[in-house]
Amino acid sequence: MSIRHGILALLSEGPAHGYQLKADFEQRTGGTWPLNIGQVYTTLQRLERDGLVQLSDGSDQPGDRVVYAISDTGRAVCREWFSTPVRRTQAPRDELAIKLALAVGAPGVDIAALVQGQRSEAVRTLQELTRLKITASDSEDLAWLLVLDALVFQSEAEVRWLDHCESRLVRAAAARDQPTRDQPTRDPAVRTSRQSTSDENEVGAR
Amino acid sequence: MSEPILVLDDVTRIHGSGENAVAALKGVSLTLHSGEFVAVMGPSGSGKSTLLNLAGGLDRATSGAVTVEGAALQTLSRSALAQVRRRHVGYVFQDLNLIPSLTAAENAALPLELDGRSPRAARAEAMASLAALDMDRLADRFPDDMSGGQQQRVAIARALVGGRRLLLADEPTGALDSETGDAVLRLLRQRCDEGTAVLLVTHEARHSGWADRVVFLRDGRVSDTAVYALDPVAKL
Repeated sequence: MSIRHGILALLSEGPAHGYQLKADFEQRTGGTWPLNIGQVYTTLQRLERDGLVQLSDGSDQPGDRVVYAISDTGRAVCREWFSTPVRRTQAPRDELAIKLALAVGAPGVDIAALVQGQRSEAVRTLQELTRLKITASDSEDLAWLLVLDALVFQSEAEVRWLDHCESRLVRAAAARDQPTRDQPTRDPAVRTSRQSTSDENEVGAR
Repeated sequence: MSEPILVLDDVTRIHGSGENAVAALKGVSLTLHSGEFVAVMGPSGSGKSTLLNLAGGLDRATSGAVTVEGAALQTLSRSALAQVRRRHVGYVFQDLNLIPSLTAAENAALPLELDGRSPRAARAEAMASLAALDMDRLADRFPDDMSGGQQQRVAIARALVGGRRLLLADEPTGALDSETGDAVLRLLRQRCDEGTAVLLVTHEARHSGWADRVVFLRDGRVSDTAVYALDPVAKL
């Protein structure tokens, strides 16, 4: 998402000036995405250049703040944005996923502790988000509550994924430690072909 | 700080003996004061349910001590233990356990009647407990005529009837949709803020967010604890 979609969405509710748009955006999103006023005005100028917004009547008086209104083209762009599903493309660059991937096989890294540390952190985040939910009002803070719910479910998904990783790691460790009939050994450096295949499958399935 | 409502001190529970012995809980210590909400998380077999059963006197520790409202459970006779359970411990389960042939008020009054209170006194207490959960208006309804969320409110009213201050909850939102489940957690939080101590077993991380402390169990031991820190807005 770009700021321009956010600004167009707010302007679709009625004309507004830059500071008002910044305040409305931050109020709706509970400050999760603070905007810089310079960014807002630069975006408004580009939107005006592209014909998506126009100066509102009466805003050309000296001393008045510049008020912008959405154009018909802008309204169409805004409608299209709302009707297009958001595509998630960030997964491969998720720092935590990459960190866990690199931790597999890294010497001296306790992955179980890494997983648990991250889980505790996610739960602390959940505790904080829940306190914010408790203090929000169902009627007055509906938009903010929707953002909070999104953050809550994202944190919960992270914990579930960490639980899953932990089970997978435990299973992989058990498979490694399981002595086979032919070669009873716990030395990870001396693996049977069956164990190696099993480990590769674990890595490949990640 | 006030006297703790629940104390588990170095509690171990071993099922079976000899070669078949399985340690479900190994040296777990946990203290809950009035107004504290503690969630317990962990994978299947980590000891969550064992911990809850020991805290509520439904099971006895192999070693260590469990104390509820000052009573050391391992020293009590069966009848004295049953009395502590009736008077001090409330349970909320996933499958509600409301009796279908009793109204909401009769369900909520049941623990007190079993404890020898007169039906009239028990009903008065039940109505007060239902009112605290905004359910007194449905006091004469049967469970089948109520929604899942309403039934869970009755179950919580029954759990807390007669001023019980320890609430043990085992996946209390399991059968509910997420919005109704959230409402139940909000109610538990409110009861907690009014002085109840809540011990919640859950596998849903979202619900652990309502707790002051989250205890992670792994193979019968506490592997970590997440404590709520103040000033949440600063981190956003």
